Amino acid sequence: MAVARRSLETKTVGKTLAHDSAALHVQGSATYIDDIREPDGLVHVYPGFAKDGALGKIKSLDLTAVTSAPGVLAVLTAKDVPGLNDCAPVFGGDPILADGRIMFHGQVIFAVVAETREAARRATQLAKVEIAVEKPAVTVEDALAAKTKDVGDPYQFVRRDAARAVASARHSVSESFRIGGQEHFYLEGQVSLAVPEEHGAVTVHCSTQHPSEVQHLVAHMLHLQASMVTVECRRMGGAFGGKESQAAQWACLAALAARLTGRPAKCRLDRDEDMMLTGKRHDFRVDYKAGFDASGRVMAVDVDFLARCGYSADLSNAICDRTMFHADNAYFYPAARIATRRLRTNTVSNTAFRGFGGPQGMLFAERLMEVIAIRTGHDPLDVRKANLYGVKGDVTPYGMKVEDNIAPAIIAELEASSDYRVRRTKIARFNAKNLVLKKGISLTPVKFGISFTLTYLNQAGALVHIYTDGSVHLNHGGTEMGQGLYTKVAQVVAEEFGIAASDVRITATTTGKVPNTSATAASSGADLNGMAAKAAAATIKSRLIAFAAKQWKVPKSRVRFEGGKVVAGKHAVAFGELARQAHAARISLSSTGYYATPKIHWDRAKAKGRPFFYFAYGAACSEVTIDTLTGEMTVDRVDILHDVGRSLNPGLDIGQVEGGFVQGMGWLTTEELVFDDQGRLRTHAPSTYKIPCASDVPADFRVKLFESRGNKEDTIYRSKAVGEPPLMLGISVWTAIFDAVAACKPGIIPQLDAPATPEAILRAVKGLA
Amino acid sequence: MTIRASIRFLRRGKIVDLAHVPPMRTVLDYLRLDERSRGTKEGCNEGDCGACTVALGVLKNGKLVYEPVNACILLVGQLDGKELVTVDDLADGDTLHPVQQALVDTHGSQCGFCTPGFVMSLFTLYQSGKAPTREEIATQIAGNLCRCTGYRPIIDAGFAACTGSPVDRWAKGAKEAARQLAALDDGADVFVGTPESFIARPAQAATLARLTAENPDATIVSGATDVGLWITKQMRQLPKIILTGGVTSLHAVEMAKDRVSLGAAATYAEATPALSSIDPDVAEVLRRLGSTQVRASGTVGGNIANGSPIGDMPPMLIALGATLTLRHGDTERALLLENFFIAYGKQDRKPGELVWRIDVPKLKRGEAFRAYKISKRFDQDISAVMAAFKLMLDGRTISSARIAFGGMAATPKRGAQTEAALQGASLDQPASWKAAIAALAKDFQPISDMRASATYRIEVAQGLLKKALMEVAGADNTRVLAHRKAVA
Repeated sequence: MAVARRSLETKTVGKTLAHDSAALHVQGSATYIDDIREPDGLVHVYPGFAKDGALGKIKSLDLTAVTSAPGVLAVLTAKDVPGLNDCAPVFGGDPILADGRIMFHGQVIFAVVAETREAARRATQLAKVEIAVEKPAVTVEDALAAKTKDVGDPYQFVRRDAARAVASARHSVSESFRIGGQEHFYLEGQVSLAVPEEHGAVTVHCSTQHPSEVQHLVAHMLHLQASMVTVECRRMGGAFGGKESQAAQWACLAALAARLTGRPAKCRLDRDEDMMLTGKRHDFRVDYKAGFDASGRVMAVDVDFLARCGYSADLSNAICDRTMFHADNAYFYPAARIATRRLRTNTVSNTAFRGFGGPQGMLFAERLMEVIAIRTGHDPLDVRKANLYGVKGDVTPYGMKVEDNIAPAIIAELEASSDYRVRRTKIARFNAKNLVLKKGISLTPVKFGISFTLTYLNQAGALVHIYTDGSVHLNHGGTEMGQGLYTKVAQVVAEEFGIAASDVRITATTTGKVPNTSATAASSGADLNGMAAKAAAATIKSRLIAFAAKQWKVPKSRVRFEGGKVVAGKHAVAFGELARQAHAARISLSSTGYYATPKIHWDRAKAKGRPFFYFAYGAACSEVTIDTLTGEMTVDRVDILHDVGRSLNPGLDIGQVEGGFVQGMGWLTTEELVFDDQGRLRTHAPSTYKIPCASDVPADFRVKLFESRGNKEDTIYRSKAVGEPPLMLGISVWTAIFDAVAACKPGIIPQLDAPATPEAILRAVKGLA
Repeated sequence: MTIRASIRFLRRGKIVDLAHVPPMRTVLDYLRLDERSRGTKEGCNEGDCGACTVALGVLKNGKLVYEPVNACILLVGQLDGKELVTVDDLADGDTLHPVQQALVDTHGSQCGFCTPGFVMSLFTLYQSGKAPTREEIATQIAGNLCRCTGYRPIIDAGFAACTGSPVDRWAKGAKEAARQLAALDDGADVFVGTPESFIARPAQAATLARLTAENPDATIVSGATDVGLWITKQMRQLPKIILTGGVTSLHAVEMAKDRVSLGAAATYAEATPALSSIDPDVAEVLRRLGSTQVRASGTVGGNIANGSPIGDMPPMLIALGATLTLRHGDTERALLLENFFIAYGKQDRKPGELVWRIDVPKLKRGEAFRAYKISKRFDQDISAVMAAFKLMLDGRTISSARIAFGGMAATPKRGAQTEAALQGASLDQPASWKAAIAALAKDFQPISDMRASATYRIEVAQGLLKKALMEVAGADNTRVLAHRKAVA
């Protein structure tokens, strides 16, 4: 035991270090794609689409005026694509340039190549496009009525006969509600810069979470071998899932323009086009029945998630699977049917977004807890506690045993530290006295499964070099989107070599150094790449240990790396000196590292297995006030306790927790995507689509990391993934609003949809009457 | 009277003199494409996200003031006579500016793309010499969106850096900068371009009026917080642009005993102290109107002149009984503000005529005022419904009322039937309010759009009238945001 504890003692890992680029960020000198000094002869490419029409044949496309506009060099259409005209991630069906038919409003039909970006943008306006407009399926209901072919087969988890169990339960509920989508609103829009190289090769600087996929799609489009395409990304100005599959189209257009003109080409979307032309978080209609007993314990759940997937599959199937994986959140359902329909609509193809479908599943579970509380008269927190895994069962509806359940401990601690019971009483008094304003409070847990549910994606590679002066070059397959991945992995490598993190040179992710990578997604970045980098460093380190042991005739076990020195018995040399000597002795100072997550397996056909290596947990308690005359709402106080295992970097982790919470809160409150009946997005700019701003964050915001003894599983320094899970802490705001609305007329279930805009809240309040 | 054929501004201690500026050139494009400074970022290209925030040093009554503005919708011509400071300028060699260092220390950046904008917003707060409260910091950065951090560390950085006593290079060099700016102010009428395509920034009121009368096809620009989007989003061609901001007298804000008078070029920032003295609700709407950046550029005159049905100012000004003065050449005329708005996109402004002055009566004894802005987000949002009520009281009885709404019709509009129904209603008898609340549905037939449905607009308008009456009758605990703070 003493040995185990000692092995967890670290010098650099676990310390709060600033983001490696923080000093650059604040000076404006961190280089994003659009800041790269452009190569000589740069051209710009800008996509064009039909101003009206979401679905139909392209009757005519007159580009004469576009071609002759000032500064225009070429206009690209589907017939200019030499290879595969498809930038879909998995299942195909996403044309780079529409061929004959459009399937959503904003689908790219042509692209203008011009000397300046402004010339290209202006010229796109001159196109005459005629669409034989057909009636689009815009909503879930439209898709059901039109019987469009789903983008993927329906899928379900079944445990016992849920319908019968609901029917025979003492109490039951049957209802339907809506969960809105969400625009990523990364501050840096989609952008790619393609530079032609010799032999027809191309290097693409792309703001993407998935350089390897962009590499393959560009190669397929240009009919090149993958080895001829290099994709590089030093950093993104935010991504949140929106640059996983959605970055490829703009990379392809830049690469195509570069191929056809022989000049470097940049494609950068304006914010409005970015919002219209790229996918978002899936919105859902949730229809469910549930049975429960008088104590509030769930007997059975029978739920259908109807997803608006947009015009193509994109990543919708994996996303809808994850919705199902999280429809239980932290609760045991003795009988369950958890089903999804992946509906095809004539809207932009919805895609990955932090949580990847999980948040929608979890919102259902938390609404159910609130509803049961109203029906049984118990406090919602007591209903939640009665249903937690570990009380009556610990196997999920998909057959995975929950082995690392710390939800009860986290809830108990937060219940006490947030003073939940006392505030509940005070709120009841406030509500009894006030006619216009009503308060609500809610404490909700998060249990989020960590691993890609497509098992083979759970692998990563890294590359570490030591130069003869002892400086270290680090590269790995993960991408930096602000989460601090590069900093964390540098800490891991620094730890291994006993040097300072600042002595590890972090370099841009590129397909040329680490190949065949998975997307930086599913919160997996540090888990996978940290392990891979550690393996790479350990390989070099073991060579250096062998060298030092031989050189100084000491046992290998007596060679230590610490404080920038290598100590071997009574010998001690600077790390750089050892590197120089090792090189002189012809010892390789470079290594790759590789990691594949153990233990996981998933049989999708049988819907059984262990899709997740472990679960990340957390809980939040939110208090809100609503105005029953206007529907306006403020968040008054938020307490958060979140589990990151043993933190690799508490400063960065707190940032993920707070930022994730606020993003989740925005999704469920102010952020509303509005499509008109023609399928046109009406909220395609920050003037109409409202993400939280500074004053929306409660002044009383108490965030703590759960004091953990470390991940039960053998992850990188026993840490836990932290990218996505905290987003779902924001659900507590929505359930607190639900609670406040319910306070207007006790015993009635509010018909509150998400997002809870002032309009949605007022509608729910009026609906109680 | 002199004419100058170039735009001149102060940058890094030196005068930049631009004789060839395309009229529609934005400051952001100037920085990134012409000057090739890449620190300032483009996030939304419509003045809503603040990533492109830069600071402008301006002499106001002889005092140097730094204001944050959105470079993406600011025209280069608007820089004339000002100092331009960007994120690239702040660090002193290897030493970060206190605002920058604070953001590093608090983990205030994650992806870093919004960070330059936050740095510049906080930089102007730092220069203000204020030791701000948390609320003041949040208001200061309401026009800066961050998608990563959740803002807490950025607010903490504001606290840490803005201690009230600036000691940076700008604070030390303030005298010299003020001297340079004063020297730049040559009183010349700026005209850059040709008669067919120009940007003009007259310094003389008479020149502005004459030039506008002579060029009825020109676009009149005050803050460009709306016209900027015609350029960046609608890609309109605006060959002739006349800026109002160069005329000092048009910035005048005067407080008489019974009224507040605003020159048409007075920015929200300039007009806020005087307007806020009318009623705390006016102050709160102004605090939430646009953002610090928008209020530094935008003008009350522009908010009126562009005739939007969802501007925040017109309903309040109409309820207060404001009059508008227009000027064509040497001729002025005045009218009640509500009569200026004729129909959607149509105002009572002749070609070549300028919005010149706004006179706003103060509240008299026995008058109660309430104004409410309804939007999806409290700060920096466009209203779904903007409501303003002025109730003339005879004891506890309403003798007459002026009520006006934005977002409820094709123009900012009074509710005649509702006003009539309020006459004689008693503050002590809620039953006597019912006819007026019901009359709102007769006065207004709003539309459904992305901001709100027609049903919600009517329901919330009715809720707001009820709320106003409850409040004037004496109820408290009626608002989720802080309740009618007194204005200093």
